[in-house]
Amino acid sequence: METNTLNTISNLHPGEKGRVYRIKGTGPVQRRLVDMGIVPGAVLEMERCAPLGDPLEIKLTGYHLSLRKEEADLVEIIKY
Amino acid sequence: MSGMITIALAGNPNAGKTTIFNNLTGSHQHVGNYPGVTVEKKEGKVRFRDYQITVIDLPGTYSLTAYSPEEVVARNVLLEEDIDIVVNIVDATNIERNLILTTQLMELGAPLVIALNMVDMSLEQGISIDLQLFSQLLGVQVVPVVGRKNTGTTELLEAVVRNFEERTGLPEKYLRYSEDIETQLREIANTLPEELYKNKKRSESLQRWISIKLLENDRDVVKRIEAASQSGIIMEQVKKSRSMLQQKYGQEPEMTIVEGRYAFVRGACREAVSLPAVERVTTTDKIDRFILHRVLGLPVFLVIMWLLFQMTFTLGTPPMEWIDAGITRLGEYLGRLLPDGLLKSLLIDGVIGGVGGVIVFLPNIMFLFLGISFLEATGYMARAAFVTDKMMHVVGLHGKSFIPLILGFGCSIPAIMATRTLENARDRLATILIIPLMSCGARLPVYTLLTAAFFDKKIAGNILFSVYLAGIILAMIMAKLFRTLLLPGQSEPFVMELPAYRLPTLKSVVIQMWIRAWHYLMKAGTVILAASVIIWTLFTFPLYGPHGMPHPDPNSRMEQSYAGKIGRLIEPVIKPLGFDWKTGIALLAGFSAKEVVVSTLGTLYSIEDIESLKEGEENAAASFAERVKEQSGYTPLVAYVLMLFVLLYVPCLATVVIVYRETNSWKWPLFLVLYTLVLAWVISFAVYRTGLLLQIGG
Repeated sequence: METNTLNTISNLHPGEKGRVYRIKGTGPVQRRLVDMGIVPGAVLEMERCAPLGDPLEIKLTGYHLSLRKEEADLVEIIKY
Repeated sequence: MSGMITIALAGNPNAGKTTIFNNLTGSHQHVGNYPGVTVEKKEGKVRFRDYQITVIDLPGTYSLTAYSPEEVVARNVLLEEDIDIVVNIVDATNIERNLILTTQLMELGAPLVIALNMVDMSLEQGISIDLQLFSQLLGVQVVPVVGRKNTGTTELLEAVVRNFEERTGLPEKYLRYSEDIETQLREIANTLPEELYKNKKRSESLQRWISIKLLENDRDVVKRIEAASQSGIIMEQVKKSRSMLQQKYGQEPEMTIVEGRYAFVRGACREAVSLPAVERVTTTDKIDRFILHRVLGLPVFLVIMWLLFQMTFTLGTPPMEWIDAGITRLGEYLGRLLPDGLLKSLLIDGVIGGVGGVIVFLPNIMFLFLGISFLEATGYMARAAFVTDKMMHVVGLHGKSFIPLILGFGCSIPAIMATRTLENARDRLATILIIPLMSCGARLPVYTLLTAAFFDKKIAGNILFSVYLAGIILAMIMAKLFRTLLLPGQSEPFVMELPAYRLPTLKSVVIQMWIRAWHYLMKAGTVILAASVIIWTLFTFPLYGPHGMPHPDPNSRMEQSYAGKIGRLIEPVIKPLGFDWKTGIALLAGFSAKEVVVSTLGTLYSIEDIESLKEGEENAAASFAERVKEQSGYTPLVAYVLMLFVLLYVPCLATVVIVYRETNSWKWPLFLVLYTLVLAWVISFAVYRTGLLLQIGG
């Protein structure tokens, strides 16, 4: 997979779906993302962004998650 | 057969742990600390069959890493305390993610029983689970329950007892990783000295668990091993294993391990759980379309906050007045009963005044916590943080800081207690430190009096508004300062679940409210009582005047008391702000509660009025405000500066005590007192001098 065809969660528009490819970097934030179910292979859908533009809400199988754009940018996805 | 069983409840936040805990233990709970987000644990007891079962409610966690204090506490309880059975509460509507914690509980080697919660909801959503297969794949007994309807509770207890009785000789089952990882785990395990795991319960799984944690570079376990014997050999092996795996998989070994857990969970779910082909639109989706709407989201939030505020301070006011009246009556009763003297004064002014000052807030606190518990249990609190996070993030805070700050306009005490929803210690401290700048209800009487006395009715509203606004602006500036200079570091990542909306049971909401209110009473009460006695002492002693004569009137008593002396002592400091020593006394008294500034000013000035009474009848009819205006010699500018000073300077005693209780050290309350004093002085000085220069309000 070429890097330039990858998007991050922030690139998704409401209603668009993607599959998690990789999480950039390591550290507590990355670990938190993984603990909350954002792991390679997970399918997610962009729901909406907050009234003031940030954070974002995404849907994973069975639950909804909110995260800031700065955190969403760490998650590389393959758009469906 | 009879005996004792200790069980621990573990599960994700929002998996319904609290409800199941309440179902199991009823009212037999030992109040530890704050529920929901606390680091301390709750305990309860239940008798079942012939057993006395102790239930420990662990903090809700998504994982068992060392990154958050909740997770560390949860796993330390599981490792160090004598837990017979761990009951893992799993949300049936969200099995996959919930099971990640389950795999980590399995790794700890604790005998597990799964309470599969909310099976009614999952059925509704078209999710079907083959319980028997599911149970077989995990090697754990699975009991379906519905916490909200209190079904399955007996079956759960039966499963606990059965597992307790039959556990001897049960093989320890664990999840296997890829062969590469297993090899490295064995290498690490071989270097571990026996004393780390031998002669302990479940020694085999403990040895494996330590190895996994070392491979994951878990900072807590690494620290412990580094202190142990042979740590050099162990850590060298860990380093070797980690770099080997890093090279092979091209990522940190901890990621590879987590992926292994997910692979196991996905495999189990693929076999035993079938999801509906098309995901149904849930009620939560429908509600969120409105509540989190781009345009409507903020107005909806404001309306809900307004309702919370109204409920707290409107419904809370009548009972507050009853309590206030009751305290007054008790004081009067004791006043008639006791002979005049020190004891009477101490009891009535010191003790009853002090304790009354605590109890009087109780209705507010109860209504507030009723509202917060309800909003939390329904799932709205997470949405409120979602909607406001952007604003808060600009000044370095978290979305969850917003609600406590709003509550600060009512009373700092419940507001500071409400910061417990903030997980990050730095975010929480910064929020606590700026809450007192939100102008609380007790400061309003001071503003009202001074605006009425010194400003035209036409601009009174603007004057009042400007004081509130000054507080908000300064709070934002201070927050940014604190977060950059004093408490630097990343704020809590905003990776937060937006749980499905649920209608909470009345029982669980009331229990939550009661626990919090009780805490307020117990924790704040004692210290506030002591401090009120100290303040009483300052205003009462010395008993006699300079020539050993009793004070002729309360006014001269106040002047010559220690408080009065302190007032004179601090006069040079407050003189540049336009205040005299009497204002100093009033400000000193205001430390017990800000509205006391008004009554002290009243005592200081109305007594002098007795003399002026003799001169003219009109003065007697003059309003209190006008008397203060005439007697104080304040200019409107000084009055305005005094309002600003009252807004900013040391928060009331009860607030300082609550900050001590909530941060568990005197460092932060002292810092709070110091910084607010400096801030109040600097701002007042700037405004006063600018005013003089521009000749405004002089």
